[in-house]
Amino acid sequence: MTRFLIRRIGQAILVLFAASIAVFLLFFVGPGPDQVARTFAGRLGTPQRILEIKHALHLDQPLYLQYLHWVGNLLQGNLGFDYYKGQSVNTVVGQALPATVSLVVGAAILWIAYGVFSGVVSAVRSRSLLDRGFTTAALFFYSMPTFVLGYTLIFIFAYELYRVTKFFPFSSYVPITTNPWQWFVHLILPWLTLAMVTAAAYTRLTRTSMLDVLGEDYIRTARSKGMPEQRVIRVHALRSALTPVVTLAGLDIGTALGGVIITEQVFGIPGLGWTIVQAIGQQDLPIIMGIAVLAATFVVIANVIVDILYAVLDPRVRLN
Amino acid sequence: MPLLQVEELRVSFRTADGIVQAVRGVSYDVEAGQTLGIVGESGSGKSVSTQTIMGLTRGAQVSGRAVFEGKDLLTASTGDMQRIRGAKIAMIFQDPLTSLHPYYKVGWQIMEMIQQHESVSKDDARKRAVELLRLVGIPHPDRRVDDYPHQFSGGMRQRAMIAMAMALNPALLIADEPTTALDVTVQAQVLRVIQRMQEMFGTAVILITHDLGVIADVADEVLVMYGGEVMERADRRTLFFNSHHPYTEGLLQSLPAYGGARERLRPIPGQPPSLLSPPPGCPFAPRCPYVMDRCRTEDPPLAAAGEEPGHISACWLPHRGSERAELRRKLLEAEPAGTAPSAGGA
Ligand SMILES: Nc1ncnc2c1ncn2[C@@H]1O[C@H](COP(=O)(O)OP(=O)(O)O)[C@@H](O)[C@H]1O
Ligand SMILES: [Mg+2]
Repeated sequence: MTRFLIRRIGQAILVLFAASIAVFLLFFVGPGPDQVARTFAGRLGTPQRILEIKHALHLDQPLYLQYLHWVGNLLQGNLGFDYYKGQSVNTVVGQALPATVSLVVGAAILWIAYGVFSGVVSAVRSRSLLDRGFTTAALFFYSMPTFVLGYTLIFIFAYELYRVTKFFPFSSYVPITTNPWQWFVHLILPWLTLAMVTAAAYTRLTRTSMLDVLGEDYIRTARSKGMPEQRVIRVHALRSALTPVVTLAGLDIGTALGGVIITEQVFGIPGLGWTIVQAIGQQDLPIIMGIAVLAATFVVIANVIVDILYAVLDPRVRLN
Repeated sequence: MPLLQVEELRVSFRTADGIVQAVRGVSYDVEAGQTLGIVGESGSGKSVSTQTIMGLTRGAQVSGRAVFEGKDLLTASTGDMQRIRGAKIAMIFQDPLTSLHPYYKVGWQIMEMIQQHESVSKDDARKRAVELLRLVGIPHPDRRVDDYPHQFSGGMRQRAMIAMAMALNPALLIADEPTTALDVTVQAQVLRVIQRMQEMFGTAVILITHDLGVIADVADEVLVMYGGEVMERADRRTLFFNSHHPYTEGLLQSLPAYGGARERLRPIPGQPPSLLSPPPGCPFAPRCPYVMDRCRTEDPPLAAAGEEPGHISACWLPHRGSERAELRRKLLEAEPAGTAPSAGGA
C-alpha cells in the first residue's frame, strides 16, 4: 500500500513537472526578453512597466534560471503578479476559486447521486420501462449543449415561472459568506445544469458496470448463500460496480475545479472558468498561466485521490 | 422418501438466436447422505439443471418439479428459497477465485452467511468461521480468517468455499466441477475434504463433473447427461463395469485407466449437439459408433437396462449383455472404421 502510494505520488510529481515545463515554454520562450515582457504586460505595456517585468521575471538570465525562479515561486504558492490588474494572481484566483468550488461540489453531489441511482436501477431492472426512461433521459441530456440547457432553465424557472417560483434569479452569484440562503438559491439552476449534462455518462457507466458485476460468479455465490437480493445488490455488487465510477468522478471533479467555462458564463458566476475567459479577452497572460497551472494541479491531485480510493475499495490493490 | 426428487425438469432460455433447450426432461433422486455424480461433456446441461433447482437461473423458462423435504423448489416463494439456499442446500463452484468476493475477507464471507440464517453474535459467527476453516484443513485458521481470497492459493480457496458451504450443516451440497479449475495435485485433496465433510455431517452430495475419473471413488449413483437429457443412470459399479449407453462407453474410453490402450486417450469424436432446435431422435446419434436408422428419428426413452435394479439407459441397443455385444460388433463391421459421422458435419 505505502509503496503503491509512493509510486503514484512520484508519478504525479513527474506529471506536474512536465506540465510546468510545457506552460513555461509556451509563455516564456519568445523573440527576446523585451517581447516576452511585453506579452506579460498585456495591453498596458508602458516601457517602464516592461523594464519592471524583465527584472521581476529575470528575463535577462538564461532560460533554466528563469524556469527555476518561476517554479520556485509556484512551489511557495505564488502564482505571479498580474500587471494588467495590478494585483497578485493569487488574489484574483482566490476570489474566483470559491465560486467554482461551490458550483462543482454541489453539482457533483447531484450528478453522482442521480447517475449511480439511475444506473443501478437500470441494471437491476434491465430492459424495463424505467431502464428505457433513464436511458432516454441520459441520451437527451448528453447530446444537449450546456448553454442550451442553461438558458432553457433560466427561461423556464426565472422568467416564465417567475410568478410561481419567485426566488430564481436570472444569474450572478452570492458568496456563501455573504448570505448562505442567497448563495444556495443562486446556485440551484447552475447546479442542475452542470449535473444534468454530466450525469448521463454516470448513468450509462454505472449501468454497464453493474450489469457486468451482476454476471460475476461471486454474485451467484452470494445468492446461493441465501442473501436477500437487496443485500446482494447493495453489499456485493455495488462496491465492485463503483470502481470505474470513482475513476470517472475523480477526473471529472478534478477537471471541473479548474473552471467550468460554459456554465459559469451562462449564469454569470465569477469562478475560474469565467475569469480565464475574461483574461483571454484582455490578453491577461499571468492570469491565464496561473489558472492553467492550478487546473493542471487539480487534475493531478484528483488522480492521486482516485488511486487512494481504489486501494480503499479493492484489497488486491492495497495488499500487493 | 428421497431427500431431493427431481421430475421432468425442463429449462430453456430465450436468446437472440432462438430458444436454447438447455435441460430437456431430466429426472433423478438424491437420497439423504448419499452422493450422486452427474457426468457429461461441457454443455450437457449439468450446471443449468442444478442451478435451476436453487433458483439461480434467471430469465429461464422452467417446468417440472424439484421436491426437497416435501416442498417443490421450483414454485417456492422467494423468502422460502432464501431460507433454503445456503442453510439446507449449499453450493460450491468451479472457479473458487471468482466465486469468492475479491473485496471481502474470507472469514467475513462465511460469517455473513451464518448471520443471515441464524441469530448469532458476530463473535460467535467468527469463532464458527475459524472452526470451519480448521475443519477443511486451512493452517492457522485464526489468522487466515482475516485474509482476502487473493491471499489464498487455489486449493485453499476451494477449501474456504467448502467451509462456507458446510457452515450451516446443509442436508445437500451441490458441488459443480469443484476440482476442474484446480491443479492436478490439489484436486484429490479437495475431493477428500468434500468426502470428509460429507461423512462428518451426513450431507448428501451432488458432484458434477465432466470427468468420470473424478467420481470413480466417491459417487454412489451416477447420472450421465448429454444434450440436456439423461442418457444413463446406474450405481457406480454398474456404470464402470457394465454400462449400457454408447455415450457412457465413450466417456469411459476417454479415461486413461479404462480405455483399451492405457496411454492413449480416446476422446469421443465430434461435437455436442446444438441445443437450439435439437433434431428428433437420440441426441447422441450423430456421434454414435453404433447408430441405427431408428436412432435418428425416435428418441429412445429411459428404460431398465441390464440386470441391476435402478440401472436405466436411453438407447435402442438390446438390454441383454450378450445380444448387445453381438449387435455392436455387427454395427461396427457394417460401417468401415473411421467414417463415423461427426455432428459438426466437417
Ligand atoms: N443464461 C443462459 N442463456 C442461454 N443459454 C444458456 C444459459 N446458461 C446456459 N446456457 C446453455 O445451456 C447449455 C447447458 O449449459 P450448462 O448447464 O452450463 O452445461 P454444463 O454445466 O453441462 O457444462 C449450454 O449450451 C449453454 O450454452
Ligand atoms: Mg457446468
